[in-house]
Amino acid sequence: MGSTAKNNLKALLYLLPAVLFLGVFMVYPLIDVFVYSFEEGYNSASQTSFGIGGFNYSYVLHDPYFLQALKNTLILVAITVPTSTILSLLISLGLNTITKLKELFQTIYFLPYVTNTLAVGLVFMILFKKTAYTDGMINFLIKAFGGNSVDFIEGPYWAKMMVLCIYTVWIVMPFKVLVLTSSLASVNPVYYSAARVDGTPPHRIFFRITLPMISPMIFYLVITGFIGAFKAYSDAVALFGTDLNVAEMNTIVGYVYDMLYGDSGGYPSYASAAAIILFAIVLTITVINMLVRNRRLRYVE
Amino acid sequence: MENNTDYNDLGKDIIVKRIISRTITYILLALWGLIVLFPFYWMILTSFKSYSSYNSEFVPKFYITSPTFQNYIDAFTTVSLGRYLVNTALFTIITTAVMLIVTILAAFAFARLKFTGKNIIFILFLALMMIPNELVIITNFVTITNLDLRNSFPGLILPSVASVFYIYLLKENFEAIPDNLYYAAKVDGTSDFKYLYKVMVPIARPTIVTIIILKVIECWNSYVWPRLITDDPNFFLVSNGIQEIRENGFGRENIPAMMAAVVVISLPLIVLFLVFRKTVMSGVSRGGTKG
Repeated sequence: MGSTAKNNLKALLYLLPAVLFLGVFMVYPLIDVFVYSFEEGYNSASQTSFGIGGFNYSYVLHDPYFLQALKNTLILVAITVPTSTILSLLISLGLNTITKLKELFQTIYFLPYVTNTLAVGLVFMILFKKTAYTDGMINFLIKAFGGNSVDFIEGPYWAKMMVLCIYTVWIVMPFKVLVLTSSLASVNPVYYSAARVDGTPPHRIFFRITLPMISPMIFYLVITGFIGAFKAYSDAVALFGTDLNVAEMNTIVGYVYDMLYGDSGGYPSYASAAAIILFAIVLTITVINMLVRNRRLRYVE
Repeated sequence: MENNTDYNDLGKDIIVKRIISRTITYILLALWGLIVLFPFYWMILTSFKSYSSYNSEFVPKFYITSPTFQNYIDAFTTVSLGRYLVNTALFTIITTAVMLIVTILAAFAFARLKFTGKNIIFILFLALMMIPNELVIITNFVTITNLDLRNSFPGLILPSVASVFYIYLLKENFEAIPDNLYYAAKVDGTSDFKYLYKVMVPIARPTIVTIIILKVIECWNSYVWPRLITDDPNFFLVSNGIQEIRENGFGRENIPAMMAAVVVISLPLIVLFLVFRKTVMSGVSRGGTKG
């Protein structure tokens, strides 16, 4: 008995720092954010509110800036997740057929992962930007192929969205290529040998062996890709600056932070409501993921 | 005889096909490599162009005729790049060190100690992994503001210290260490704490190195929290610093100097990656997503 108490005390001492930090900066905020989101007319100066209700959600859902951010985020998700997944699959398949220079390619492909999103975003900005002095590198290429130059940074909506998508894909590729390459390499070579002996054509090998074997990994990448793209923010800041509402390029996360802080800030209640809407979207994807995965597993059995 | 030549032809055909497809593979892989490397090439190239020559190039040049170091000097003298770098280094080192202590202690408790409610507490810990940062950052912002810790290192560091995922990773690793070692140490009268840092930490070194590297990458690139919590440029980290340089930097739009700053900011992590390439890549595939 005394020994149990002693053990508990000892464990408590070891766990105390983690429990303290997680309690103050994760558990308490988690409860608090729901409280904020239902407190109507919260004033951060006097820390008072009028009452409890769903007004904050209604406000956010009717705010044109939020709808713009939602639209941008959905477009970004719809374009970048399939593009980056298919592209990384092709690249990983290519990498797995070669031996020479493989490590060099892998090292190069990984570089965007270790770069500062804000800093390298500036490079993309100057590559795409049109100024009084120069049309920029990308417009130079477009014109070389006979097109018209476009201002991708301060120009039409779709031009801006395209740069954002390109930069996002560039940033998320390293992780996907890394994961898919190692997943492809772990497929048992016996299957391939057997198929070759049977004279199976390559595309059939791909669709009947490779794809089913790595499909759990692809599925995982699609889900993490969805979640990551829904949380997009700093890539947009890197390209278009901090005032994303003016640039029409805000994202849901950007909207949360703008409501919290900055020139349009000071509304933690609206920020909380928006953050919880985002969380609901992400949670839905996670749950669908688990349901689909369970069904698939049963199907495989 | 005729059959034999047929087979040879068939063989040749396959070999030619294989060479062609291999060549195409290499060309496509090289193309993607080029797309990845081009922004890096462009920032280095631009950072060595002089202000006047950059602005006189209506059609951008792919090479430099007279490279200059002036942009790097400007980046350190005209704007406070040095200050941002020192801040980020301090922030990264302290955050990683404190995180490591918290993580090692908690992982040890879960892996080795016996206590009431251990399983339930661990499951609660794991449940926290599902909480996105965006959800808790609002209250943390209010907490740190109320504690009067805006524009201070504690304000920057405290909320970034605890990480459930790293505790989980290290706990798994600690559990793989054979029990015999622990009991042997107990018989010798070694205290738990001494056993932890004399035996367990050295054995789990590879995992600890992985955790350190992942955390360093995360800290060096962190943007959102520092942006919320600092508006005094004296406490800016590099991500905020580069935004500041972009918006009110050199008094005029000085892109070559801006690129010099970008090169300086990018270099430390790229060097770290090239030195610890294998560790970084295996660590990221175990538990990293770009956050």
